[in-house]
Amino acid sequence: MLSVLAERLRQKHRTIEYPLAPPVLPDRLRGLPIVDASRCPSGCQACAEACPTDAIRLDPAGPVIDLGKCLFCTECTTACPQEAIAYTTDHRLAVRRRDDLLRRGDAYRLAEKLDAKALRLFGRSLKLRQVSAGGCNGCEADVNVLNTVVFDLGRFGIQFVASPRHADGLLITGPVTKNMVLALEKSHEAVPAPKIVIAVGACAISGGPFAGHAEQSNGADDVLPVDLYIPGCPPHPLTILDGLLRLLDKLPEPSIP
Amino acid sequence: MTMTAHALPAVANATPLPLAEVPDWSFTAFRAAVLDELAAGNFLSAFFGVPDGPDAIRFYAVVTRPDVGTIGVAATRVTDSFASLTPDAPQAHWFEREIAEQWAVVPVGHPWLKPIRFHPSYREGHDAWRRPSDHIHPGVTDFFRAEGSEAHEVAVGPVHAGIIEPGHFRFQCHGEEVLHLEIALGYQHRGIERRLVNGPDKRTIVYMETLAGDTTIAHTTAYCQAVEALAGLTPPPRAHALRGVALELERLANHTGDLGALAGDVGFLPTASYCGRLRGDFLNTTAELCGSRFGRGLVRPGGVAFDADPPRAARMAERVAVAIRDLNGAHLLWNSVTVQARFEGTGVVSQRAALEVGLVGPAARACGVERDVRYDFPTGIWQYTHIPVAVLQTGDVFARAYLRALEIERSAAFVSSQLANLPEGPIRRPCELRLAPDSLVVSLVEGWRGEVCHVALTNADGRFSAYKVVDPSFHNWFGLTLALRNQQISDFPLCNKSFNLSYCGHDL
Repeated sequence: MLSVLAERLRQKHRTIEYPLAPPVLPDRLRGLPIVDASRCPSGCQACAEACPTDAIRLDPAGPVIDLGKCLFCTECTTACPQEAIAYTTDHRLAVRRRDDLLRRGDAYRLAEKLDAKALRLFGRSLKLRQVSAGGCNGCEADVNVLNTVVFDLGRFGIQFVASPRHADGLLITGPVTKNMVLALEKSHEAVPAPKIVIAVGACAISGGPFAGHAEQSNGADDVLPVDLYIPGCPPHPLTILDGLLRLLDKLPEPSIP
Repeated sequence: MTMTAHALPAVANATPLPLAEVPDWSFTAFRAAVLDELAAGNFLSAFFGVPDGPDAIRFYAVVTRPDVGTIGVAATRVTDSFASLTPDAPQAHWFEREIAEQWAVVPVGHPWLKPIRFHPSYREGHDAWRRPSDHIHPGVTDFFRAEGSEAHEVAVGPVHAGIIEPGHFRFQCHGEEVLHLEIALGYQHRGIERRLVNGPDKRTIVYMETLAGDTTIAHTTAYCQAVEALAGLTPPPRAHALRGVALELERLANHTGDLGALAGDVGFLPTASYCGRLRGDFLNTTAELCGSRFGRGLVRPGGVAFDADPPRAARMAERVAVAIRDLNGAHLLWNSVTVQARFEGTGVVSQRAALEVGLVGPAARACGVERDVRYDFPTGIWQYTHIPVAVLQTGDVFARAYLRALEIERSAAFVSSQLANLPEGPIRRPCELRLAPDSLVVSLVEGWRGEVCHVALTNADGRFSAYKVVDPSFHNWFGLTLALRNQQISDFPLCNKSFNLSYCGHDL
């Protein structure tokens, strides 16, 4: 018993300061990409052709990256002869509308908070049921990690619960395999209204690497209405946390980077 | 070993073999030769079908021989049915169910022939169970039933209580005692293998990274080894070392997480809490190298895509050293009588059963089966450095837990020594991936759950005519079934965590 207590003292307090202090992120993190269309040689398609999920479209004004399809890999940045696309370490990526995931130049509209009525209901206590529907255990693992002492999700009033009947919403990972459609629909029905749906990861938003396969649904919003999209493959835990805190209006003002 | 007239040729791990040199035998000769190999103590690492004309399927069997470090391959041609190998070699049971489901050919005499993923067969209009294709639903099949006035059934899933992938578990119980657990998977089936045909293309590598997302490094390394072998390409020594570091960091993260989860399941919260945090520290060490906690974007054909200059390597080594020091907090587990009372003697799998069903990885090594690809079939960095293989004998939850603790210690020592002595030179060779035509290659890697086996076959144009993936979980799910025999149903979560198998790696 004494050794347990001694070890507890030695392990110290380990919860991160974020969101009261800036997050600590790896210097090589591939976060929000920036596109400098002025560098694009005319007619060049190299980035779009290299992209494994066809997330890049070439508009007259320059490349447009669909972050809902983007795997945040290095194929486009490697293929580009002019370094017109580069990743920043900005982990903030969550949006409320599917169209907001289109990244053109510098424009990007991050997720807004829930409306006043929903915020009154969920703002101080949000219970979520997680459903993996074809997820590769990457997104699942980085959602699960929010429950550790490092992130201590409970301090924000957010908790993952075992039954959809105890939940205020679903957090979905995976492209929604055909074999999981019925189970997902039943889980959603079992959540009492009003309810929210959060799609985490490229798969849950667009099908990710599996987009177009007959065995899946190209993401959750083919099956259910989605209220929050958190892109990434998988998103960094702080990207997921940032999305949840934006939705619940829990980030300190002015928002720190 | 009884020698037959036929012997399977011996190739090394990640060494190409022209298809013309793969023996093409009558089914009778093929069956006898494979059974002889397995009776001699070798393992069935892959057994699969590929289409051979409109009405036939060509079977390939891949047998691994840990004692001599070679791999044997044989082929045969089958039409509608064949004599099941399972009654003579239980290792074949899950492979034959997969073959029946994918190609609608029936292994006659299979004791428990049922689908494993619940998808229509790849031969349109054919089905091993004669089901119409719109009548195939996940988990809809005959389940083993125990009858009796006090027998009852418990069904769990596909959606489980935690943040975990979906699967369906059916327990036949007498009171609290589990007589039999049947596991129905397939909910995660994304149809990857079929999309690998005609590759490699720009999506291939991301499929490899997401076959089982917690095993990104092992699967991408297996793939890269396969295509490098087919392209006649050797990655530079520095790439081998960095791949090895990443593979062991993957093992460190997952084993640490598992120790924490096991502690949590018996209510020992100190270790659960510390390991939850420390698992992240290992993932963050991988992110220090490549920006991704799961190693996405790191392993690429020809080498690796990110380098660790001396300051970065030193930072990574420091992170590992600090995490290992704090992991001493996890070892409180072994001194707690209440924890040991729950771990010891729970979920026992005998060595004989482990050998018969062909368990791999820590699940096998915890039963006294000395099997480790890094040692038995070394490629890459493992040709130059060895990590001592950890083996325990009791086959219970304790052994599966303690084995992880041993492997953590040894992997950490390896990572530290590699980071301190990275070979000089480039990290990647330029490659165009022109693959040898009409060839076959078997590529093995010891992932954290055990043997990852990829088999690539090329056509006359040097494209994949088939690409087989065998995740360690494919071998081990039945091990969990065996571990639950005559256990309290309340010990299921503990037994399940002690295996911690992949659903998507199985379902593909």
